Amino acid sequence: MLSRTADNLFWLARYTERAGNVARGLGVASRMAALTARLGAEADEWRSLVTASGSDASFYRKYEAPTAEAVVHWLVFDPENPSGILPSIEAARRNARAVRTALTVDMWEALNDTWNHLRALPPEAMEGEKLADFLSWVRERVTLFNGAAHDTMLRDEAWRFVHLGTMLERADNTARLLDVKHHLLTAEAEGAVDYVQWQAVLRSVSALRSYQWIYRDRLNPRRIAELMILRPELPRSLMACFAEVAETLEAIALGHGGRRGECHRLAGTLQAQLRYGRIDAIMEEGLHAFLTTMIERVAALGGEIDAFYIRH
Amino acid sequence: MGAASSVPQARIAAFDEMRAEDGVRAAYADIDRWLRATPREQLDAKRREAELLFRRIGITFAVYGEGGDPERLIPFDIIPRIIARSEWERLALGLRQRVRALNAFLADVYGKQEILRAGRMPAALILENEGYRAEMVGIAPPGGVYTHVAGIDMVRTGPDEFYVLEDNCRTPSGVSYMLENREAMLRLFPKLCAQHRVAPVGRYPEELLETLKAVAPARAGADPCVVLLTPGPYNSAYYEHCFLADEMGVEVVEGADLCVDDDIVYMRTTAGPRRVDVIYRRIDDEFLDPKVFRADSLVGVPGLMSAYRAGNVALANAPGAGIADDKAIYPYVPEMVRFYLGEEPLLANVPTFLCDREEDRRYVLANLDKLVVKLAKGSGGYGMMIGPHATRDVREEFRARILAKPGDYIAQPTLALSTCPTVVEQGIAPRHVDLRPFILSGKEIRIVPGGLTRVAIREGSLVVNSSQGGGTKDTWILEDEGPGEAAIQSQSQSQSQSQSQSQSQSQSQSQSQSQSVGG
Repeated sequence: MLSRTADNLFWLARYTERAGNVARGLGVASRMAALTARLGAEADEWRSLVTASGSDASFYRKYEAPTAEAVVHWLVFDPENPSGILPSIEAARRNARAVRTALTVDMWEALNDTWNHLRALPPEAMEGEKLADFLSWVRERVTLFNGAAHDTMLRDEAWRFVHLGTMLERADNTARLLDVKHHLLTAEAEGAVDYVQWQAVLRSVSALRSYQWIYRDRLNPRRIAELMILRPELPRSLMACFAEVAETLEAIALGHGGRRGECHRLAGTLQAQLRYGRIDAIMEEGLHAFLTTMIERVAALGGEIDAFYIRH
Repeated sequence: MGAASSVPQARIAAFDEMRAEDGVRAAYADIDRWLRATPREQLDAKRREAELLFRRIGITFAVYGEGGDPERLIPFDIIPRIIARSEWERLALGLRQRVRALNAFLADVYGKQEILRAGRMPAALILENEGYRAEMVGIAPPGGVYTHVAGIDMVRTGPDEFYVLEDNCRTPSGVSYMLENREAMLRLFPKLCAQHRVAPVGRYPEELLETLKAVAPARAGADPCVVLLTPGPYNSAYYEHCFLADEMGVEVVEGADLCVDDDIVYMRTTAGPRRVDVIYRRIDDEFLDPKVFRADSLVGVPGLMSAYRAGNVALANAPGAGIADDKAIYPYVPEMVRFYLGEEPLLANVPTFLCDREEDRRYVLANLDKLVVKLAKGSGGYGMMIGPHATRDVREEFRARILAKPGDYIAQPTLALSTCPTVVEQGIAPRHVDLRPFILSGKEIRIVPGGLTRVAIREGSLVVNSSQGGGTKDTWILEDEGPGEAAIQSQSQSQSQSQSQSQSQSQSQSQSQSQSVGG
């Protein structure tokens, strides 16, 4: 496959997944903000959301404080934030348009319809009372796109680069979401607010039900961390994402007669570390330190994939 | 029909392709019945549906730097343009002949230049032409083919009168509309399509791929690597580039995806460099290779021409093919047919005056109110004047321009382009059309029965170019009536029936599955 095509497919998937993740995060934050407003903790929610999106520096250059309005504006349509929902969909479609031939009609239509609808939408339809509806629409569209890719793409190299992009972005998102809430999962406190916070963390990866399903018990921070980091059953856990990343990279290598590079080694190491990791050890070492390392290594892996397959 | 009186400009009596004096022409009989039977609202609804469809599939052409939406739709008219098979057959014969002559001409001007030595064309007209690429002298492309894909613009002025308005020998575009317009018609009007026996156009991409493979360097073997070279997403025809490559199953590459090493062209792939044998290039000559042509080209491939000269890669269309479609060369095409083929031309040219010639210029300046004046190098309908429609000021401006640079201008009589019924704001009204069929030349010449019909949506307008607000229509070459269709239909019906049974089976399966999950 053309290197540029692989690059476009990879980023097309990353940006689409990112738009969905931002929508998911915003949805949970606005719900939390409503719940915690009485306790004066509202701003925390918005602040941690900006941090999780990895855009602290550029956000505070433009806005003084993480108010609801500012954060929603920043994460939904501010063109200065390349990770916002609109710019992400825009970037996804730009990448898609550049590789129309590598996409199935269903994928293209899912994305192109989203983009056409978005650009015709007045800002009022994405704020205030309408925000929740808008966010669930974005999530639906991303799910539709992922489903179209999953259901209609030939299982060839194009699919693998799309899948690689989705999984790497998803891993990155889970690590970041968990990291901004790490203090909640390590502190001993167990007040009502904490409980709601834990629920929110799970909700942000659509895993509240899954938790109940796996543990059949009340929420407990250690288990929440375990679920989101180590359990292979949860499709958004780091373990599940990295298993897919490693497997996909391996499949690409096999397609090229076993040609492998640093990205393969790094992905394998990460997968092994998670597969044989124990939550107790992670918590002892410090959740924050562990997650920071994870986020760095996801970035490093992205760089190595780029160096080996794209800009060789 | 149509409010003719509201047109300020002189109206030109045109041949109506649907209506003759004594009623509706035979080929349009069913279309006429359909238009009578279909209420206006329904046509409007279908028109909106068509627009949505095109927007959805993303069939747009890009217009950057003019403000507004950069991705625009070319208006699609839902009433098809009909050409009878017998009419088409005659056209096709003429098109084959013309393209053979154009290729022979190109091989000659970059080879022995016999037509110049025979004194049939002025040497300066060719050798000093901007479209002439001296770099091509001495290069022999496989099979002697230069213009592998030619688009010949035809206009009709009467029941048996067709003229070639223009040849396009470089990188003609628009074929994707021929294909997508048909798809749209099949989706919007399945019944109407089934009533007619329309010659299919869907195999064009296959024919194109075979044509391209046929001109691969010999060493490439049975399965040469073919790519389509595009300037990128900002090019107005980018959609078409992707569409064609997809239909052919080949890569769309940009200049940066290719590199030349030791006169061999490679593309950068995830598995490392891969050798390329045939390049269907949709970028202009000037940008192909910064080492040979424009040094500031960012979309080209350094070293490409050297690889081409070494015979390691084929370029379609060949660099320099543009000399054959120059508007100043056009008057000589009938002469080419006679000179190279020893035949009389089957397709007529529009009489053309070259303002560079003194007697022509005198005639043009005396008749500006009757003639169409065009830039010899222009395309896309820019920089032209339609004399009968132009104001005195515009005519005087063109007079001055012609006097200043006579070599830049040609003139032709204003032709009464034929009209077809078209859906417009006020109802259904005749609008002027032209036709661009696509002719493929490899080891043999192939023409898919059809083409791009462009229609001037504005009342009275004779300019059909999409950049000037023109639209498109599906072009139907109607096969002769005969049995066979009914049998195919009943077959596909019985198939879909048996499928729906197994579907209901899988439904009950999925139900029980969801139960066990939910339980």
